[in-house]
Amino acid sequence: MSFVEYSDFIQDGDVAIVYLSHDSMMPVKVQQGAQTQTRYGVIRHSSDLIGKRYGSKVTCSKGGWVHVLHPTPELWTVSLPHRTQILYTTDIATITMMLELKPGSVVCESGTGSGSLSHAILRTIAPTGHLHTVEFHQQRAEKVVEEFREHRVDHLVTVRNQDVCKDGFGVAGVADAVFLDIPCPWEAVRHAKAAMKKQGGRVCSFSPCIEQVQRTCEALADEGFEEISTLEVLLRVHDVRTVSLPLPDFGPDPSAKTQPDGLEKTPSTSAPNQTAVTLKTTTPPREIPGHTGYLTFATKPRT
Amino acid sequence: MADNGDDDSEYRIKDGDHVVLKRGDIFKAVQIQLKKKVIFEKQWFFLDNAVGHLYSTTFEIVSGGILQLQKLKDAESSADAKEAGTDNRNIVDDGKSQKLTRDDIEALKEQGLKGQEIIQQLIDNSSTFKDKTEYAQHKYIKKKKKKYENTVTILKPSCRILAMMYHGREPSKICHLRYDSLAQMLTLANIHAGSKVLVFETCAGLLLGACMERMGGYGSVIQMYPGGEPVRAGVESFGFPAHFHDMLHGFPICHVNALLAGTLDTTSKDPSADSKQPIMAAEKQNQPGAEEQGSPETQSMETSSGADSSHDQEKEQKEKRKEAKTQEKKVKLEEKRKKLAAAAALLEPRNADGLVIASRFHPCPVLMGLLKFLSPSRPFVVYSQYKEPLIECYTKLKEHGGAVSLRLTDTWLRRYQVLPNRTHPLLLMSGGGGYLLSGTTVAMDHAKPAVCLRAEEPAPKRLKLTDTEG
Repeated sequence: MSFVEYSDFIQDGDVAIVYLSHDSMMPVKVQQGAQTQTRYGVIRHSSDLIGKRYGSKVTCSKGGWVHVLHPTPELWTVSLPHRTQILYTTDIATITMMLELKPGSVVCESGTGSGSLSHAILRTIAPTGHLHTVEFHQQRAEKVVEEFREHRVDHLVTVRNQDVCKDGFGVAGVADAVFLDIPCPWEAVRHAKAAMKKQGGRVCSFSPCIEQVQRTCEALADEGFEEISTLEVLLRVHDVRTVSLPLPDFGPDPSAKTQPDGLEKTPSTSAPNQTAVTLKTTTPPREIPGHTGYLTFATKPRT
Repeated sequence: MADNGDDDSEYRIKDGDHVVLKRGDIFKAVQIQLKKKVIFEKQWFFLDNAVGHLYSTTFEIVSGGILQLQKLKDAESSADAKEAGTDNRNIVDDGKSQKLTRDDIEALKEQGLKGQEIIQQLIDNSSTFKDKTEYAQHKYIKKKKKKYENTVTILKPSCRILAMMYHGREPSKICHLRYDSLAQMLTLANIHAGSKVLVFETCAGLLLGACMERMGGYGSVIQMYPGGEPVRAGVESFGFPAHFHDMLHGFPICHVNALLAGTLDTTSKDPSADSKQPIMAAEKQNQPGAEEQGSPETQSMETSSGADSSHDQEKEQKEKRKEAKTQEKKVKLEEKRKKLAAAAALLEPRNADGLVIASRFHPCPVLMGLLKFLSPSRPFVVYSQYKEPLIECYTKLKEHGGAVSLRLTDTWLRRYQVLPNRTHPLLLMSGGGGYLLSGTTVAMDHAKPAVCLRAEEPAPKRLKLTDTEG
């Protein structure tokens, strides 16, 4: 297993995702002799995981069962330990396409945070690209280095523990794309420009507040960035349901009786004993995230 | 790391390149062909002069459809207002504020005046411009620019640009798949280098090209296609390097049943007849093909050496041509058969890593059929312009089992105008970008086939009960 390469069987040292239910997944470090507690009972790694195929159903000690899934950046995003607020898949997908990321891209990112976006970037730019990520919080930087190693993507990424607004990305003239998720992105715009290839590239800044967007756009325009555009993508989930709508009783219909009771014409389905109509439909969840952040994109022209 | 920092060759426009033309928010994909007239936004021009320039260069269209490098954008601020009003209380719409008539403007155009100059003329001849607020002046200039500016920017194609182009120009050709929905598909399906991905699409090849871009030439893409030939027009527009096409395979969806049943014969000549023929070893097929290739050629050589009269020659030539044609056909058929065999060999182990579907067909049978080719623990994404068929897919999958983490979603895309003191969402937004059903395959439970009709959801409840008992 690796976050950038599929494999079929679970091995010692892998990170597997235990799927309990739709909204409950947990990452597990697979280790000979180790055990993992779930609400359905214990999973014994040696007998229940190692050697099993990814996607298998595993029966836990209390008789309940779970599925064990191959890790992907998307599953990691919904199960990772939060050290900061993170970016979710809807924004990540948009960022990846609008930054034109692909195998071989060189990307700069700050801050690394909990590494949710980082994993998605690494997946996309492997096997020949590289990610330079900057995190000014020392503990977070150390933690994410450890995670990259466990996930076998450390050869694709360099983590720098410095302040991007003061010290930049630690590289110059190499990046095809830059991503900023920091409180004052306008202070890092010139560093973003310096990090990018002279032939140009794409930049994205994620900010929750419109005032931040305003200042970032001004800074981008001042630095000569083009095609500046701000957008917002919102996910809507549709829960599939079977609903039953009762039919009102209008009482006996005399006009229906006067009609000659058709031989084959009267469909049995519209019999008077039918009191409800059942149909498949979807309902929105009671609450949905109404705002994550504004995404501002721009193109650095050739310099 | 910046190994080719000074090498611009791959950033330069070359003859034969697939490029995208851009003006404002409007895109058009074309191929650079010398002396070929291109029509874009009601203007025609030749792309010859663009060759050798860097991508993202902006050109001005001058008389005769010649492209001329745009001078530095010095003129941009020339129209910046020195005088401006504070409100519109004294601005009356009498229809006489513009002193230039339509004929005057046409005359200016015929004189070959540049867009920028026409706009300046319009401003100079507008009696109300000075009284407009600064913001209104900006808006006025922006509007006129859109109308009179005759520039074109030449871009290197990318999934972002092509997806936006198709969505803007011909949404019906790509089943109204909006670019943010396409972005979700690529991410949710974990499309990346080194995987084996199945694609079923009727989106002109846009989704296929998008997958190929994300895979960067590593791994394999199997395009499952309906009808006789796969549609790949959109793939062309990406302008991929030649080796990318080595990863692309095609498999006609009409052979899926035969492949699943193990009765697909990749040795038969007529695709329509192959279901009737018995299975043969895939390797054998090359042998007879090679023999056929050799024999007709030697035959025609012999006849040509024995011919004398002109009449005979003519006749012979005809025959020769005929033979060459049948020969060509045979080679093509043989090639097709080889390709089919190669795609079948990729599908047969049923260990694909991902599946994306976006078509005008009902997604349910497509999904249920193609899901069988995936390994367990692999993501799949189905797009539909409509929600109802995806509800059906969802229900079918729940009954059938073999998938978890099912989600029916769509995304809203909202764009913003960000300007000093004038920031707000754009007045118009796209009404809908289609719907997605995504999920992950899991190993089928063979012990109890299709017993649990509502596979996962009730399970935790049952389990919780046993929990409290125990």
